[in-house]
Amino acid sequence: MSPRAACRLERHGFDQVYDYTAGIADWKAAGLEVEGEEDTGLTIADATRPDIPTAQPQEVLGEVLERTTGAGWDEAVVVDCDGIVVGRLRGDAWSADPATTVSEAMELGPMTVRPDGQLRPLVGRMEKRDTRLVVVTDPQGRLIGALLSEDAVRLAAGEAPELVWRDCEGCPGRWAPVPITR
Amino acid sequence: MTAVVTNIDRTRMLDLIEDGAQVVDVLPEGEYTAQHIPGAINIPLKRLDVEATAVLRRDKPVVVY
Repeated sequence: MSPRAACRLERHGFDQVYDYTAGIADWKAAGLEVEGEEDTGLTIADATRPDIPTAQPQEVLGEVLERTTGAGWDEAVVVDCDGIVVGRLRGDAWSADPATTVSEAMELGPMTVRPDGQLRPLVGRMEKRDTRLVVVTDPQGRLIGALLSEDAVRLAAGEAPELVWRDCEGCPGRWAPVPITR
Repeated sequence: MTAVVTNIDRTRMLDLIEDGAQVVDVLPEGEYTAQHIPGAINIPLKRLDVEATAVLRRDKPVVVY
């Protein structure tokens, strides 16, 4: 539909016309905010924390472990130079020689979810599989944050987590952690 | 002057919005009312004529979706 609209605008004399062909579906899939009357319910983005530690594949494991525990986490997400999630460091991975590289120790191809997915069904699946943390990415696989089961359960029950990943006011598309006020 | 419609991805969309582009949702009114990109105005494709586009500035970029 939008290509026809763009052409029509061009015919009407507009000479700076752009067509966001992927449209609102792509916008929502990236977890960006939408306006409107439709109540979409809680989404994964509502409970996603942006501050999970990250590591690059070529880094030394010991340094990443120090940074991760120092930030109060026991897990880190491995991203490439474009921010694409390529691995995960958790559990036994930390037992490897501290001098080894992250790429040798990491768990490959972690499962990820999109931020626009419905939160409540995911909470059920996480509880069933005893999953503590799920990595959240945009449709291109770039890291957005981490969904912790305790946050998901609390939010689904009507409580608020300390931080969430949301579009910030006045700067569309620029994400920032803000407290939920309910 | 020959204008060329440029297809853009989400990153470019965000940049254009930040630069003050006008965002036009050309979906039917009901779909717009339910959900739309923040700041977008609704001109359904069926009504996209000279009169409807009078609300748009010609000196600023227009993004449709």
